Amino acid sequence: MSAIPDLFAKLRAEKRKALMPFVTAGDPDLEFTAAVLQEVVARGASLCEVGIPYSDPIADGPVIQASYTRALNAKIKLAAILDMLGKTCPVLGAPAVTMVSYAIIYRHGIERYCDDVASRGVAGLIVPDLPVEESPILAKVCGERGLSLIQLVTPTTPRDRALRICETSTGFVYYVSVAGITGERTQLPADLIDNVGWLREQTPLPLCIGFGISQPEHVKLLAPVADGLIVGSAIVKRVAEAAEKPRDEVLKSVGDYVAQLIAALG
Amino acid sequence: MRTASPAAVSSPPATSQVPDAQGRFGDFGGRYVPETLVRALEELAVEYEKSLTDPAFKAELDELLRDFVGRESPLYHARRLSERCGGAQIYFKREDTNHTGAHKINNTLGQCLLTKRMGKTRVIAETGAGQHGVATATACAHFGLPCVVYMGEEDIRRQSPNVFAMKLLGAEVRPVTTGSRTLRDAINEAMRDWMASVETTHYILGSVVGPHPFPRIVRDYQSVIGRETIDQCRERLGRLPNAVVACVGGGSNAAGMFYPFVDHPEVELVGVEAGGRSDKPGDHASPLTYGQPGVLHGSFSYVMQDDDGQTCDVHSMSAGLDYPGVGPEHSYWKDSGRVRYTSCRDTTAMEAFDACAHSEGIMPALETSHAVAMAMEMAAERPKDDVIVVCLSGRGDKDAMEIARLKGVNYG
Repeated sequence: MSAIPDLFAKLRAEKRKALMPFVTAGDPDLEFTAAVLQEVVARGASLCEVGIPYSDPIADGPVIQASYTRALNAKIKLAAILDMLGKTCPVLGAPAVTMVSYAIIYRHGIERYCDDVASRGVAGLIVPDLPVEESPILAKVCGERGLSLIQLVTPTTPRDRALRICETSTGFVYYVSVAGITGERTQLPADLIDNVGWLREQTPLPLCIGFGISQPEHVKLLAPVADGLIVGSAIVKRVAEAAEKPRDEVLKSVGDYVAQLIAALG
Repeated sequence: MRTASPAAVSSPPATSQVPDAQGRFGDFGGRYVPETLVRALEELAVEYEKSLTDPAFKAELDELLRDFVGRESPLYHARRLSERCGGAQIYFKREDTNHTGAHKINNTLGQCLLTKRMGKTRVIAETGAGQHGVATATACAHFGLPCVVYMGEEDIRRQSPNVFAMKLLGAEVRPVTTGSRTLRDAINEAMRDWMASVETTHYILGSVVGPHPFPRIVRDYQSVIGRETIDQCRERLGRLPNAVVACVGGGSNAAGMFYPFVDHPEVELVGVEAGGRSDKPGDHASPLTYGQPGVLHGSFSYVMQDDDGQTCDVHSMSAGLDYPGVGPEHSYWKDSGRVRYTSCRDTTAMEAFDACAHSEGIMPALETSHAVAMAMEMAAERPKDDVIVVCLSGRGDKDAMEIARLKGVNYG
């Protein structure tokens, strides 16, 4: 019912930070997605973000976009993803949220989507193309089912608007580090720490920072001001190697990478 | 041609009083975009609103439309084409006579003025047929703004004259190699660019699609087409036409033509989508005829999607209509019954192109040929004193090589 708030309450009490890896569902197949989710949690990830492949993801950079295209080309359907989540989430040992376009939620049916993921043990939703103005109906449906609806704040969000977003977000607030699309970056914006620091004083909600984070140096820099860090493209890129390399080797490489980032969390 | 199913009689009557403050045309429209873009869209809506009450802004745009574009565009009586059909009189609203050869320039000049007004220093755009790309490159050259145009690889192939024109005008054309490599993917890439460049860059969207306020802004800038048509019909014919026909891809020429007529219920409005090869999924680009309401490119509207909400690949021989979505106001007009939407096959549009070229000495764009085909079909069934106005949205020179390929003609 309150898996994400409980998780962050526990982490805050233990003065620990969360690492939240992003994994594309169905790249290269759902069996491997389940294995990757289990591996990253075994290596210390506190929660997981499962990307539901979408044909037109405008917030995503080339790496995640290509993973969506591979999954869709492999005819990965939502029904099969829900089956995988139903088998994986209850035994994962960490909450999972779906990153999903509103196009998919609307087509599946707002209530039906929320019922379907809640019954599979999913803890929340991140909907990257649903700003707060368009989200009241989904927020209500999520609330009735105990799902967190995680809203995003970005560098282009005015401060008064950021406060409104924090009022409607549940679970945590997703702070987007850069104005732009997902993808690894060598440098993060200079004012990022100040902006996140300001937001932390405004809301009791946990703050997780995502977009562009890939290196242990990023993690060391940002961990003090955040409750959690989200790593997407750098994981997806490693998972994509499963197309050519033995799967146990790829799993180990993803796991080692996650362990390296978690070590940097401090 | 296949006609879309009749609209529900219980829908409220359509009026011109849309969209509302949230960008809703009835249920349709809205703003389904990443948070990163919201501030820029709000700023755009505010600046656009201010520009409406700024006499200097209007004067500058009016002067450009007159002296740079060559407006007003003629209303032309297509006598030989009308005789050939044997019924109603067909008139062309000659947007093909505009500078750059299509209606697209009406919107790009307005949006370039907005770009300057907002203090932004760079412009990006998407293009399908290349007409919007050329019109954006032209407006940017006029205003001295750097311009990047995203264009799908498939469209670059079939509309190469326009690609060269954009480059000659100083724009950078960035090929898009993802997905179906057409207009839809070009919009995705332009949006991704905008996500990272939004502080300094304005995205000149070329159709009545996308998040609020684009559908309204583009409609308003294109509405000069319908307003002039009303004035010209009153002056020349002493009355409004019986019917007005326009092609619909994203739907900008149709929205601009129809909008001023919406509050004249005696005028029949007909939008023509691309029927492609057949009515099978993937063989056409007719979301209003065969699609369902859903979300694509930031707005809620009819769209061709599979049962998971993934956008379907679509087909039209015309790059400008080869798009799985449509502007939200068209969805509103469809459901309210104010506009009738039909679709026209590739082959029928090609026949209309030939008829128009041979009978009138006018080569319409392949997009426009879909509307000409529908007007010819309607004219044949209607009395001689009926008047049907077609929005002749663009010229067909850009299509010459693609038509040669489609017809299997080896030329040049």
